[in-house]
Amino acid sequence: MKIAIASGKGGTGKTTLSTNLSFYLSEKHDVVLADLDVEEPNSKLFIEAEVFHKEDKYKMIPSWIEDKCTLCGICHDVCNYNAIIQLGTMILVFPELCHSCYACSELCPTAALPMIKQKMGELIHFKNGNLSLIESRLDIGQEQAVPLIAQTIDYVDKNFKEETIKIFDSPPGTSCPVIEATKGADFIILVTEPTPFGLNDLKLAVDTVKELKKNFGVVINRYGVGNDDVITYCNNEKIPILAKIPNSRKIAELYSIGNIIYDKVPEMKDELEKIEIFISNLKTGGEK
Amino acid sequence: MKIAFTTKGTEWESLMDARFGRTEFFLLYDEENDSFIHFDNRDVENDAHGAGPKTAQKLFELQAQVLITGNGPGGNAATVLEKAGIKIYTGAGEMTVKDAYNALKNNELKEF
Repeated sequence: MKIAIASGKGGTGKTTLSTNLSFYLSEKHDVVLADLDVEEPNSKLFIEAEVFHKEDKYKMIPSWIEDKCTLCGICHDVCNYNAIIQLGTMILVFPELCHSCYACSELCPTAALPMIKQKMGELIHFKNGNLSLIESRLDIGQEQAVPLIAQTIDYVDKNFKEETIKIFDSPPGTSCPVIEATKGADFIILVTEPTPFGLNDLKLAVDTVKELKKNFGVVINRYGVGNDDVITYCNNEKIPILAKIPNSRKIAELYSIGNIIYDKVPEMKDELEKIEIFISNLKTGGEK
Repeated sequence: MKIAFTTKGTEWESLMDARFGRTEFFLLYDEENDSFIHFDNRDVENDAHGAGPKTAQKLFELQAQVLITGNGPGGNAATVLEKAGIKIYTGAGEMTVKDAYNALKNNELKEF
């Protein structure tokens, strides 16, 4: 079971929900939480756990061999990302723009652009009891989140059993990194706040997950601020509202010092329980 | 000397475009025969990434020797322009093309 936790708007509570839900579910199940917000992962701030495994992550980029090059221009023409520039007799490669598609390398008639490894980041696997946390972090200066997100999901697929509950803390927004983080999920939870900003970006996120043809539901965070427009919207669109996490100073204080919340705030635990029931209904093929 | 301007239009009186990679047009002024041509760069809108290097390559193909622009190119574009041996002057983003040319002649622009 793979559950992606996403949102259109940033700062709505994806990580708060991801970490608390993961800890809560790990009381009874094996759980792995993957922090896929690789540009600024922060789940680890809330989870005390030991390092179990660490590995460098690489992407493949073309490297120009001048002596072999006939300056035919095919590499430059096929690159969709402007990562290869031809200036007269010179080929320039921009690794940050490269999407590792191999087109230039494979189509080069004289094999003048072999793909070589370039380090893009690091993956760390932490463990605490039934809970594993996988945190991937892009190196400073790296611009492409998608390859690292894909490799992190591969790591989860290879190292955890089918029955392990997998929670993907996704990046915010609706662009490529979010698609990569959510496209393999069985269910997507969209976290929003009941404000005009929250609703505007929730609609963008809903459009995105509908395009992906995914099952999804909404969790409203900081319930009590703003207005009822998010609820009205969800009702009109027949989108299930899984939980409403109350707006509470206590929750904000615990969050701000990096604490898990549900064991100290009963209302939070109640909301997580509603999500757990919803998920287990999904697993048994009940409610969809 | 061939001087390229990043512009929002195709005339001497047009406003400059402060952006480099995503500039709408170039005007290319050839001082030797006092002629200018314009180049439509708007197809770069379709590129999500790498507009800078792509635009820099076009300038190389147009054989510009000097670039006058507003904010200045980003890192990737600057690398291409440097390799192409194109001299860059910035700070002309709010001017007309004509004023930008006069500013260059009066040494009022910043060398990048």
